[in-house]
Amino acid sequence: MSKPSGVIAMHERLVDVFTSNGLITAFAAVGLLMLVCNLISKHLTRGRIHGSAIAIAAGLVLSYIGGVSTGGEDGLADVALFSGLGLMGGSMLRDFAIVATAFGVDVEELRKAGLNGVIALFVGIIMPFALGGAIAYAFGYTDAVSVTTIGAGAATYIVGPVTGSAIGAGSDLIALSIAIGLVKSISVMIVTPMVARAISLNNPSAALVFGGMMGTTSGVAGGLAATDARLVPYGAMTATFYTGLGCLLGPSVLYLVVRALLGG
Amino acid sequence: MIIYGVALLAACMLAGNIIGELIGMAIGVSSNVGGVGLAMLLLVFVVYRLQKAGCLDTSSRRGVEFWSSLYIPIVVAMAASQNVVGAVTGGPVALVGGLIVVAASFALVPVIARLGKGKYAVPLDDVEAERGDRNA
Repeated sequence: MSKPSGVIAMHERLVDVFTSNGLITAFAAVGLLMLVCNLISKHLTRGRIHGSAIAIAAGLVLSYIGGVSTGGEDGLADVALFSGLGLMGGSMLRDFAIVATAFGVDVEELRKAGLNGVIALFVGIIMPFALGGAIAYAFGYTDAVSVTTIGAGAATYIVGPVTGSAIGAGSDLIALSIAIGLVKSISVMIVTPMVARAISLNNPSAALVFGGMMGTTSGVAGGLAATDARLVPYGAMTATFYTGLGCLLGPSVLYLVVRALLGG
Repeated sequence: MIIYGVALLAACMLAGNIIGELIGMAIGVSSNVGGVGLAMLLLVFVVYRLQKAGCLDTSSRRGVEFWSSLYIPIVVAMAASQNVVGAVTGGPVALVGGLIVVAASFALVPVIARLGKGKYAVPLDDVEAERGDRNA
């Protein structure tokens, strides 16, 4: 046995420790990232930008780097060493943690803002749909199926594909509706902590409305976590109703309205 | 026991998702309708009843609080596994459309939040102080 192959074998065995303990590696990596981001928050921004906002933005940047280097769709989780991030940040644990945040919910607040939450849900689905559809039309997608699919993508990247496949849209349109939904989700994550003060997003009632207006569970979850973690359960609660309602309205009422307007 | 809290949380999430699937089937939608939201309401309700009955001890509570406090790290992991490349390279319609829609939605949040309920919109107090120790 020559020395180099022995070194390679050793390297492989050590990397194997991380890959075969993916979730544990993710815990350690995220913990380290949050430590660094909290230090940046404290010393470079004097606490003005919250550590979790920096950590979420850093996560997105790492996700971009991971996506470019692997060509995959799951950001940094496509890098074998960090595959556990997919499990840690996947829908199972995310939903589990979201439900847990309801432990601190004030029942009175829910009752008071309940109606506004419902109004926000309908406005939050119809307005982006109409706006997204109009923009699609302006960019030359003038048939009813395209306008509806892209408009539905402007609701969320789940409503878009569900609606698109229900009304027979092509895969290029579906990809576009996913992309517009992704832009929405990611910009909600980044922009929320910056504009929270300007839109009075500092109380449970506004958070309920916010969740219903934005609808992207990941965007709302990330944005509110970076703003004030106590608001998360209120926003997340309405946001989780959004996708279901969007999938209901998209291929039915909304498609029929678009078809009546554009013909065909 | 801590596991009682974790199990209660798990049971609420599963029950909420089952109800969400049933609603989805009933109205003919291929996705889960509000499963997580229903699970949250269920947890709020069950915890309220258990606390009234004095059946929820500190260590059981800790089982739920642990997962609640892991929330932000989990969101960071979620951000790190998004298809950011897909969002950036989706073409001008995706970028322009997404950004305009987000801007309009943000603008409407305070409008709807104020609808007849403005008096309830009392800011949570001393956000900075509590934020610090929550994420310590």
